[in-house]
Amino acid sequence: MPLPPFQVFLEEHRDRVFRFLVASVGPHDAEDCFQDTFISALRAYPRLRPDSKLSAWVLTIAHRKALDVHRARARHAIPVDELPERGVEDQPRDGEHGLWTSARDLPAKQREALLYRFAGDLPYADVAAAMGVSEDAARQSVSQGLKKLRKELVG
Amino acid sequence: MSELEKALRRDAVVADLDALTHRFAERAAGEGLLDIAYAELDSPLGRLVAASTDRGLVTLSYADSGVDPVLERLAAMISPRVLEAPARLDDVQREVDEYFEGRRHDFDLPIDWALVHGFTARILQATARIPFGEVSSYRGVAREAGNERAVRAAGNALGANPIPIVVPCHRVLRTGGALGGYTGGVERKKHLLALEGVLPR
Repeated sequence: MPLPPFQVFLEEHRDRVFRFLVASVGPHDAEDCFQDTFISALRAYPRLRPDSKLSAWVLTIAHRKALDVHRARARHAIPVDELPERGVEDQPRDGEHGLWTSARDLPAKQREALLYRFAGDLPYADVAAAMGVSEDAARQSVSQGLKKLRKELVG
Repeated sequence: MSELEKALRRDAVVADLDALTHRFAERAAGEGLLDIAYAELDSPLGRLVAASTDRGLVTLSYADSGVDPVLERLAAMISPRVLEAPARLDDVQREVDEYFEGRRHDFDLPIDWALVHGFTARILQATARIPFGEVSSYRGVAREAGNERAVRAAGNALGANPIPIVVPCHRVLRTGGALGGYTGGVERKKHLLALEGVLPR
């Protein structure tokens, strides 16, 4: 199978990419990240091997773009003496989005695995391909992440 | 699936992505990454798929089998960087409209011949020179292309015309005046020849 025309690829994966980005960086930054992700994909596209797993490939690009956003936020974060209590804000801050906000404090590998699996909706084989690990390791990261998140939500 | 797994899926929301996708195509064009822009056009002969490169119009196809086969051919033969960008085909839509309204006899659109090669390209380039309202024969365009005896090859080349209407293969008839075939079906050939006054309306 030759590479599909980019428009076809885009329409097939844009939903998955946008979900992934909203979960990772929140709705506010997701749109810019979406554009950056597909521009990078389009740049590399003609050199891509036709048998590549396109869903895993485009999500690894989205993940890199999301990490850029997280790094930029960390640089611009202003230290405060007291953390505000949870639940006092009317509006969520930039990047806050339901459960995925709670998932932000998980170890990086576990969070990444949860994002690929549940926001990106990848099967485990593709989670493993995206993370460059074995399928067993991918499953383990997901289950550890779920366990930790569950504990956090209860505790 | 556990409740937590379901909730993680639910909280990754989806927006209406069409506007986002359109803006993406514009940005891709701005960054020089859009090799082929396409649009679906309306015409009295049905839906058309038009596609352009930096060099010009590369195809104008009858979309009877949908858009995908056209895009797949472009991706395989020219570049997979194919995006829907209707604004970049505005000139094509305008000239096609004017032609069907009888207000335009010659197309001023630059042509990119990238989908055709060799003898096929020479046949189609000869065909492009047949004026509005006139006709030639398969033998005639074969002669123009440098091989009068290649009548059958001329017929094949015209049948493979990726830019019908603008490259007027409908103006090529069989010797003796029988209509011959047409890439979009012979009814369309009749319609075009009637529009140009060759056949009675």
